[in-house]
Amino acid sequence: MQNHLEVKLGKKTDRKGPVIFSEYKRGEAIKKALSMSREDILFELKDSKLKGRGGAGFPTSTKWMLTAAAKAEKKFIICNADEGEPGTFKDRVLLMEYPELVFDGMVVGGYTIGAQLGIVYLRGEYEYLLKPLEDYLEEMRKDNLLGKNILGKEGFDFDIEIVLGSGAYVCGEETALIESLEGHRGEPRNRPPYPINTGFLGRPTSVNNIETLAAVSHIVVKGGKWFAKFGTDKSSGSKLFSVSGDCEKPGVYELPWGTKISELLEIVGAKNAKAVQIGGASGHCIPKSQFDRTLAYEDVPTGGSVMIFNENRDMLHVLKNFMEFFVDESCGQCTPCRIGNVKLLEGVEMIEKGQYTFAHINKLKELGRTMQLASKCGLGQSSPNPFISILENFKDEIFNRGNGGRNGR
Amino acid sequence: MEDKKSLRAPVSQKPHVVPKPEHPEYLGGSITVEINEKKLTVPFGTTILEACKQAQIHIPTLCHHEDLCVAGVCRVCVVEVEGMRTLQASCAFPITAPIKIKTTTNAVRKARKHIIDLLISEHYGECYSCFRNNNCELQSLAKEYGVDHYNFGHVTQPRYEVDNSSYSVVRDMDKCVLCKRCVRTCIDLQEVGVLEAIDRGHNTHIGTFFDKPLAEVICINCGQCINRCPTGALRANDPRDEIWAAIDDPTKHVVIQTAPSPRAAIGEEFGQGAGKSFTGELNTALRRIGFDKVFDTNFTADLTIIEEGTELILRLYKALVKKEIVALPQFTSCSPGWVKYLEHFYPEYIDNLSSAKSPQQMFGALIKTFYAQKAGIDPANIVSVALMPCSAKKFECNRPEMNSSGYKDVDYGLTTRELAQMIKEAGIFLPEMPQSHFDDPFGEASGAGLIFGATGGVMEAALRSVIEFVTGKRVEDVYANADITPVRGFEGIRYAEIPITEVGPVPKLLQHLVPDWNWLKGATLKIAVCHGTANAKKVMEDIKAGGKFSECHFIEFMACPGGCLGGGGQPIPTNEEIRKKRAEAIYNEDKSLPVRKSHENRHVTELYDMFLTDGPCGHISHKLLHTHYVKRGKFIA
Ligand SMILES: Cc1cc2nc3c(=O)[nH]c(=O)nc-3n(C[C@H](O)[C@H](O)[C@H](O)COP(=O)(O)O)c2cc1C
Ligand code: SF4
Ligand code: SF4
Ligand code: SF4
Ligand code: SF4
Ligand code: FES
Repeated sequence: MQNHLEVKLGKKTDRKGPVIFSEYKRGEAIKKALSMSREDILFELKDSKLKGRGGAGFPTSTKWMLTAAAKAEKKFIICNADEGEPGTFKDRVLLMEYPELVFDGMVVGGYTIGAQLGIVYLRGEYEYLLKPLEDYLEEMRKDNLLGKNILGKEGFDFDIEIVLGSGAYVCGEETALIESLEGHRGEPRNRPPYPINTGFLGRPTSVNNIETLAAVSHIVVKGGKWFAKFGTDKSSGSKLFSVSGDCEKPGVYELPWGTKISELLEIVGAKNAKAVQIGGASGHCIPKSQFDRTLAYEDVPTGGSVMIFNENRDMLHVLKNFMEFFVDESCGQCTPCRIGNVKLLEGVEMIEKGQYTFAHINKLKELGRTMQLASKCGLGQSSPNPFISILENFKDEIFNRGNGGRNGR
Repeated sequence: MEDKKSLRAPVSQKPHVVPKPEHPEYLGGSITVEINEKKLTVPFGTTILEACKQAQIHIPTLCHHEDLCVAGVCRVCVVEVEGMRTLQASCAFPITAPIKIKTTTNAVRKARKHIIDLLISEHYGECYSCFRNNNCELQSLAKEYGVDHYNFGHVTQPRYEVDNSSYSVVRDMDKCVLCKRCVRTCIDLQEVGVLEAIDRGHNTHIGTFFDKPLAEVICINCGQCINRCPTGALRANDPRDEIWAAIDDPTKHVVIQTAPSPRAAIGEEFGQGAGKSFTGELNTALRRIGFDKVFDTNFTADLTIIEEGTELILRLYKALVKKEIVALPQFTSCSPGWVKYLEHFYPEYIDNLSSAKSPQQMFGALIKTFYAQKAGIDPANIVSVALMPCSAKKFECNRPEMNSSGYKDVDYGLTTRELAQMIKEAGIFLPEMPQSHFDDPFGEASGAGLIFGATGGVMEAALRSVIEFVTGKRVEDVYANADITPVRGFEGIRYAEIPITEVGPVPKLLQHLVPDWNWLKGATLKIAVCHGTANAKKVMEDIKAGGKFSECHFIEFMACPGGCLGGGGQPIPTNEEIRKKRAEAIYNEDKSLPVRKSHENRHVTELYDMFLTDGPCGHISHKLLHTHYVKRGKFIA
């Protein structure tokens, strides 16, 4: 039976999945966590081998342990709900349909690292979720799942605030997110120091993805070992995939890590796919010949975005689209990314017009390597990925375009 | 949420908060690192860049500046740190573990070259038509890395319009490399906050509030951003053409006054190390260029001391004896950047500003009245130029209030850099000029006027006179060599108390204003000095909160770090070491002068006898030498 909040959020209760979408009752994780010591929670997380679902794949137990160990009067836990990576929408589904998992995970996090405030940095475009989510938090406060002495735990005060972003992709990067929260221009910071020591308002801060927090709620209730049963050795648990593009059944899928790309394509009904872009614009483009590779940190890691392209798609066009995205979405702070992406895009346009030399394209690939190495943040460090992987994996198609121009020499 | 105001500037641009050592072996505070296989021990938290400097390994930089906090945005300073996936910006990386660093690997060299290539590809500007030619950090980097062609193309069209709306600062964003030094200067060093990066991605550019012209925002014209810009993107509004035209016009009588700070720094423009004044040489060079008269701004600095000192005494007299309500502490008003800062940020304190004009403007008013009469020249034909270390002086001479002679009192504010350029155009090598003196009727001034150039100088000059006026004793008997050291130095804010234990007779100059000094006996004069508007802000906030500075009687404020010698019109580059050397040059010159107190400047006393006949702060002086201010506020319509 759905209550009014569920209706407001557009909750669907029919999703089934082995881990994230498995049974869960609101407040369960909080109740359990408060009966445990902080160390025990960290041990469970360690056993679960959970890695951050935001893309970087940093072990969550380590992040929380370091934040817990940092000495400070005030600490923060931030839920990264900026979901800006092209082709991802699984965080939105979690937030709409399973807010209890996300918020409970934040409370558990707050308890574990010793934070008094949790902040949800909600993507600007998800503004329509703000009111229902705030109502949801109000219900939690009524039930003492937030507030003072939560569930009677003496001295554990914790609350959650939601702050809206303003539509910059780079603000999903954790330090840019923190800058933005502080009211500044969303630009990534220098690291070190890391947020675990010097984060929001200079205080120790843990930034976690929505899906990571949802996984924590299950792990606390069902145990780290249970979670680690799923997936592979290095990639434990399951992953939510946002599947879009040329397939019959786009949507959010929960699959264990270690699933082959071909299996996923089968499930979503992608008939004549020729390429899959895994991990969003900054991810890697996998050609048909490599569809037997597995989705896992040890092979093809991903934050969950899967874009499928069939035989009719022009891969140069796909690449151009990605590069245009980066030219616009770079924060503009550092040289390799701000100007480098423009040069890569120009290279794509040269190929499009048939006016290029291979010498120049190779020079651009080397430039891409510099961007990967010398850019300040993950955006610039990964923006050359599609340029390098698409030109490499689809060279025949791209360099033999019948565009009538002066093809590469 | 918490008070965000305390963290006004982005933390990414703040100095590192280095985490406490986690490993006991580093608790001693130093770490041994390996740079290019050589071992080096440095204090915990040292940046890789500093460590390399210590190891005498050169690392190219662009966004880094010694005066400013870390940015880490240009990325030309990248190095390899063993075990790290990506290259690290050495200027932004604090050493907290015994890392191994490599500074010249293939990846590093390639990355640096790529970055320079990229910057140049977007750089619209040609060196031969740029004032930074031969003194440009982008140009030097290109040379250092042997750039001999455009690897990634080159822009052929300008993207931005040049903003020359301001009397002081011209912005040409097509030459900007987005190092954000200007942003950091404006917000961190000066706490004004006019400039910020606007837009995203490839459209990122440095702009003002809603991209308005600089003249329409709260820029205080300090020019500190110009001094720290690595390229020609920022420059002062250059009046050279107009001045040459005036010199070439036989009907014009062109006079120039020179301030002490440019004299102490102009040698740097001719390849001389910082720290030597070229006053005499400059006098000769100016005459050879074609200036009809060369005057010493220090003369009106001396006059400022008399006027401002008298004003202070009158304020104190009114407050202590007549029990009137007067604005105290009195603030100095000779720094036009500071004046505009106060007008924007603390307009409610406008009455605290001394009404005395700055030396530049006093001189301007006297040249077109007193001097014009004396020399028998129609003031309409006088073109009055002021050589200043300062870009704000250009704005100041254009303030509508500054016409008390009936003409524009000062026609052009000329910076040190611009004059050096004129001297070069005239084919003169300044350091080899013979020395000569200033022209009469103002002649040589006192050392007190001279030290106006350094932070604390106005206060010291004022004290040299006030102490003698009030106690009747010689300053030398109180402070050795008349060097009032408590107000000297480069500390951002300085405070001193001067007890007045005995009083003497009232000097003739002031007899019509106060009957005796008995009311000051036993009092303690409280004074403060600060430089850089960030420090000014601290003092003002303290005053607002009723702190110790609110109990001061007199406070010297200078907009620029180091005082005028660090002004926005001074030679580039600037850093603390250079500024200290300029200060030394000024103090040494002061030491060498026969007259070192404003009231002992014979030309000043003559001026009161002959022209300002109703004395300091009298009617004539009020008309010519005093001014008023404008409550501007933070928002300009
Ligand atoms: C350009 C860029 C954009 C990012 N966007 C997101 C995002 O939208 N959501 C997210 O959770 N993490 C994003 N990240 C990753 C975060 O920086 C951070 O690693 C993550 O929030 C940490 O959470 P986790 O440990 O739970 O993965 C982004 C990173 C980069 C470099
Ligand atoms: S890599 Fe790009 S997004 Fe990241 S700091 Fe540099 S310019 Fe900004
Ligand atoms: S800013 Fe530097 S590189 Fe650019 S035109 Fe001027 S001198 Fe040349
Ligand atoms: S002149 Fe001074 S106030 Fe104006 S922009 Fe430059 S640093 Fe800021
Ligand atoms: S204007 Fe000058 S100082 Fe400012 S960002 Fe551009 S190049 Fe740097
Ligand atoms: S000098 Fe280090 S990043 Fe610019």
